Amino acid sequence: MKKMAKKIKLSINGISLEVEQGTTILEAASHAGIIIPTLCYHKDLCIAGNCRVCVVEIAGQKRLSAACATPCEEEMEILTNSMNVHNSRKQIIELLLSEHNADCTSCFKNGNCELQKLASDYKILKQDFIRLVPFKNYTIDKYSPSIIKDDSKCIRCQRCVRTCAELQGINALTVAYKGDQMKITTFFEKPINDVVCSTCGQCINHCPTGALVEKNYIEKVWDAIADKSKHVVVQTAPAVRVGLGEELGFGPGERVTGKMVAALKRLGFDAVMDTDFTADLTIMEEGTELLTRLKSVLVDHNPEVKLPMATSCSPGWIKYIEHIFPDFLEHLSTCKSPQQMFGALAKTYYAKARNLAPETIVSVSIMPCTAKKFEAARPEMHDSGYRDVDYVLTTRELAIMIKQAGIDFVNLEESHFDRLMGESTGAAVIFGATGGVMEAALRTVYEIVTGREVPFENLDIIPVRGMEGVREASIKIENPLEEWAFLDGVELKCAVAHGLVNAKKVMESIRSGQSAYHFVEIMACPGGCLGGGGQPIPTSPEIRRKRAEAIYAEDTGMPLRKSHQNPEIVKIYKDFLDHPNSEKSHHLLHTHYTARERF
Amino acid sequence: MTTSYQLKRADFIFKYENDWEEILSKCISRTPQELINDLISSELKGRGGAGFPTGLKWKLTAEVAGATKYVICNADEGEPGTFKDREILSMVPYKVLTGMAVCGYVIGAKEGYIYLRGEYFFLQPELNKAICEFEYYCKAINLDFTIRIFMGSGAYICGEETALFESMEGKRGEPRNKPPFPSNSGYMGKPTVINNVETLAHTYTIFKYGAKRFYDLGVQYSRGSKLFSVSGDTPKPGIYELELGMSLSDFVEEFGDGDTKAVQVGGASGFLVPRKRFNETAIGFQGKLTGISLPTGGSMMLFNSSRSMFNVLDNYLEFFREESCGQCTPCRVGCQQLLKGIKAVKRGEKNAKYLDKLLRLTETMKLTAKCGLGQSVANSFSAIVENFREEMIY
Repeated sequence: MKKMAKKIKLSINGISLEVEQGTTILEAASHAGIIIPTLCYHKDLCIAGNCRVCVVEIAGQKRLSAACATPCEEEMEILTNSMNVHNSRKQIIELLLSEHNADCTSCFKNGNCELQKLASDYKILKQDFIRLVPFKNYTIDKYSPSIIKDDSKCIRCQRCVRTCAELQGINALTVAYKGDQMKITTFFEKPINDVVCSTCGQCINHCPTGALVEKNYIEKVWDAIADKSKHVVVQTAPAVRVGLGEELGFGPGERVTGKMVAALKRLGFDAVMDTDFTADLTIMEEGTELLTRLKSVLVDHNPEVKLPMATSCSPGWIKYIEHIFPDFLEHLSTCKSPQQMFGALAKTYYAKARNLAPETIVSVSIMPCTAKKFEAARPEMHDSGYRDVDYVLTTRELAIMIKQAGIDFVNLEESHFDRLMGESTGAAVIFGATGGVMEAALRTVYEIVTGREVPFENLDIIPVRGMEGVREASIKIENPLEEWAFLDGVELKCAVAHGLVNAKKVMESIRSGQSAYHFVEIMACPGGCLGGGGQPIPTSPEIRRKRAEAIYAEDTGMPLRKSHQNPEIVKIYKDFLDHPNSEKSHHLLHTHYTARERF
Repeated sequence: MTTSYQLKRADFIFKYENDWEEILSKCISRTPQELINDLISSELKGRGGAGFPTGLKWKLTAEVAGATKYVICNADEGEPGTFKDREILSMVPYKVLTGMAVCGYVIGAKEGYIYLRGEYFFLQPELNKAICEFEYYCKAINLDFTIRIFMGSGAYICGEETALFESMEGKRGEPRNKPPFPSNSGYMGKPTVINNVETLAHTYTIFKYGAKRFYDLGVQYSRGSKLFSVSGDTPKPGIYELELGMSLSDFVEEFGDGDTKAVQVGGASGFLVPRKRFNETAIGFQGKLTGISLPTGGSMMLFNSSRSMFNVLDNYLEFFREESCGQCTPCRVGCQQLLKGIKAVKRGEKNAKYLDKLLRLTETMKLTAKCGLGQSVANSFSAIVENFREEMIY
């Protein structure tokens, strides 16, 4: 039972209202329909109160207070737009602009920048403060394949710092120096690519300005499309279809799968296929790997084989474990992520089936993720003989291309994915939400082992769904098929975590031996891929919830809900891969990991 | 404020008194409430500069329920022109330690910390010896109280109480949002009393001689004596214990070199008083009846006519630009703009009117900065720019 909080009466701009004790002025104002501008505030993060844009006047106090950081008190009389507030706020925005490289027309975030919006709202037309940018020794860090960090655009709101610490528990970005020299930087100011950064891109998603942006490959993809000698194939991740709409005129949680496919075709991609297909494939490979590991441990007692097995779909998580828990790499499934499986197959299986020379294929992926850019650039991801995935675009970059091409997205007629690697099941769609891989895997693994469907109504494995940071579930195996008799009575223990701060909790409990899991699913980003670093900005807990609802609605609406039912999966094993974990799949679909230093 | 007030010296703090064991034993034989009442009726206010009533601070913290509480002695004496705490800690450390232990007894804290300014590392060995002896006695009288020294790392901002907690917790020294205040959530999120070195030393005087003896010194709203660090253009720089409430003209008569143009009261973050205002300005805490009364941590810098007020301001701003923690916009960017702004006016790159824009900026800083640092930059800036405008321009 939630304790009844004490009620407090106060007035904001003359409007009387009653709020629960502990409510901040900012929250109370929003209840009263009053918008107070903010910059350093973000719903995902702790309160910093450092930008001072949200200052308000409280009757009887000689100083203004930050609305985000000040709790309401009984009988408070608050003014959010007094002359004192107006003038101070305007001057603060002016100060921020004087320290900011406001070269808006050449900024990637032009049009989606919170500082730009404030400058526009407050019409800062005459900027007579001295421009501070030329006095500073700003550098742009472009070394990472995922993230570009431009300090000249940083307003020191520390959202990225709080994101990296609170959501991800990494602290790759931190504050250094003081006074005018104060900046957001990395360990010994190394390039982002050389520190513990997971490249998850959550910092990008939380940055109010253009200080942190993804490295974009839009022009390269345009070039490839324009090149007649190239055959450009594109894959789209499950979470993109529930986020893309936000950039193009739809509300959060609108599914735009058909329109997205149609738009990609109009952009000129030669084949539009689905990462969901390889998500189904991942389930076949990873599910089989899990069963093999279970047998090795439970029957053969092979000490070399490690349990729990951890999922390997999230490249942010992979880079994180390589840095932070390098002694646990053997716990990772050797399966590549669906993106890389697709990439390897595009230049082998697809090339062969379509009778194309693999060197003429350009493989593009649309991902809700910036870590995928790093993943695609890994040297080991060349199993097709070429770079498996040439370019990775975020959901945001795709939206930009669609706008550039002048496509009326809202009114676009829906289309379908191309065949061969375009068919998918509901199990693949839910990869986009935290717990989805686990659910999809259980649907298939349980059925392989027992010959029956998972004992959950309508196949919805509710215990692994939701937004709690760490969720545990177990499923007892009874009356298995003869081949799997050793699993009779075994309670398969699973854990699901999203956000690396939660991953850390799970890993530490595994290390301490407290938790005897068999299988853990970890996604680097809060909410899973649907809350990925490459998804539309803003992303908030509410928006993530809506995207998750959309994902599960998409799953429910699919005729096929289990990966092993996917006819194209059946076909690829028949025609190309033989069987899950075959030699060929090991060559193309599995990978290895690298221990990294912890700077 | 009457101008006929005579400068009165006092001699409590540095008086050599070898009776701290007795005072401590006597204090802990009384009830916490009695001790708090003593402090409240003495009207002792914080000697670090902000002037929060000490008795109230102890009372508030004592009233908060909690098994773990802390007493912290703020010895991060960083305000330019202040050097009294260093002397207290080297001359009469036992008074401070006793004040801390009594505070611990009153509020229910078993641990005390001295946050010692990084540059005062040379005080550490002697201070540790004193702490050793002190703790030994605490044990002997069954008082569960320990004291540790925590060395600061040189940032001015860490003298701000919440930034000091952050620093002690191993984090970056940045002020927190208030509320919550330290009495509810201080070091490690626990109820904490944080007092300046001198404040704690004064509690010793009060507990020894009684609240009345202290109250009888000074004037209304500004009771007791206070240490002043006198520096600048003065024939007799040094540390003096004076009663509060004196007029600045009396002070200048005593300490000036006959050519005093202005006095900086309270260090760089304090107030600059030009000669024409010496008569009407008193040194003490502001109250309804005291007129212009300037609180201070004790730094008194005298400037004579050979000093360029532009250089003085330039020096202050250089200091603030560097010592701002950098987290909040008004302070971080404001200090840079003020410094660059006055230089630009001096060089003729901006016209004199730009100074008015800068004055408005300091007004914004005062209203909106997160902590006392950014809020107080306005004090000396506006006094210097308004009173010595010609020196800013030509």
